[in-house]
Amino acid sequence: MNGSRIPILKVGRVLIVPIQVDMDDQTVMHLQERILSELERTAARGVLIDISLLEMIDSFIGRVLSDIAAMARIMDARTVVVGMQPAVAITLVELGLELKGVDTVLNVDEGIRLLRGEFDIAEEEEERELRELMALGEQVNRS
Amino acid sequence: MESKSIALNSERDISNARAQVRVIAAALGFRMIDQTRLATVASELSRNVIKYGGGGQLIAQPTIEADGRHGLRLIFEDKGPGIENIEAAMRDGFSTGRGLGKGLPGSKRLVDEFKIESEPGSGTRVTVVRWRD
Repeated sequence: MNGSRIPILKVGRVLIVPIQVDMDDQTVMHLQERILSELERTAARGVLIDISLLEMIDSFIGRVLSDIAAMARIMDARTVVVGMQPAVAITLVELGLELKGVDTVLNVDEGIRLLRGEFDIAEEEEERELRELMALGEQVNRS
Repeated sequence: MESKSIALNSERDISNARAQVRVIAAALGFRMIDQTRLATVASELSRNVIKYGGGGQLIAQPTIEADGRHGLRLIFEDKGPGIENIEAAMRDGFSTGRGLGKGLPGSKRLVDEFKIESEPGSGTRVTVVRWRD
């Protein structure tokens, strides 16, 4: 199976990556490269990887997920993994994998809320700063 | 059910191995969590055969104990350079390659029985068994 068949969708400032098949090692590496080049191309701020159909995570896939999160962070984007099956979560812990730097949530809605929430706060802060500056300007003008 | 031999020659065979092991485990009546454990072990240990052993095979062997317990035995064989220090290889975090060093010790935690036989220069055989509840 070729990595280019896993779609990467852009919704607002979030890249959505639905993994719907088991991936061989090369497909996993290819997907990592494609996510990073899409981040660069679109300046997205979040990556949401849906693994609800993934039936297992071994140490290789686990490492690549951590790497994607670390590299995305350097490119100013946050990574959220959604929909992990309970059996996969149990096996992951028994295997001793931590998925360092990867946030996990239960479903896509939660994932989008988490990522959007982060941007909205940033935008609100920008807006407030702008309003404060404008108010300051008005005061200066009045005096 | 008969034993099945699965070739492990290239990276693509890893995903084939874990898919086949899952199908066999399901057919033997293992529950979902154990199917996942067995598929994950198959993935980890098949990758070792290909990356460090230069290829080999996986034998999936359904077994029944004298006391009537059903299980699945997986034997991973290669004719590679072998493991010089098995004790070190079984330690969490020990790795000679780019891995995390979770493969062998992690796999051991996912099964009921785990055995490594290795002769430097003549290959490695890892045998694992998971018993059905």
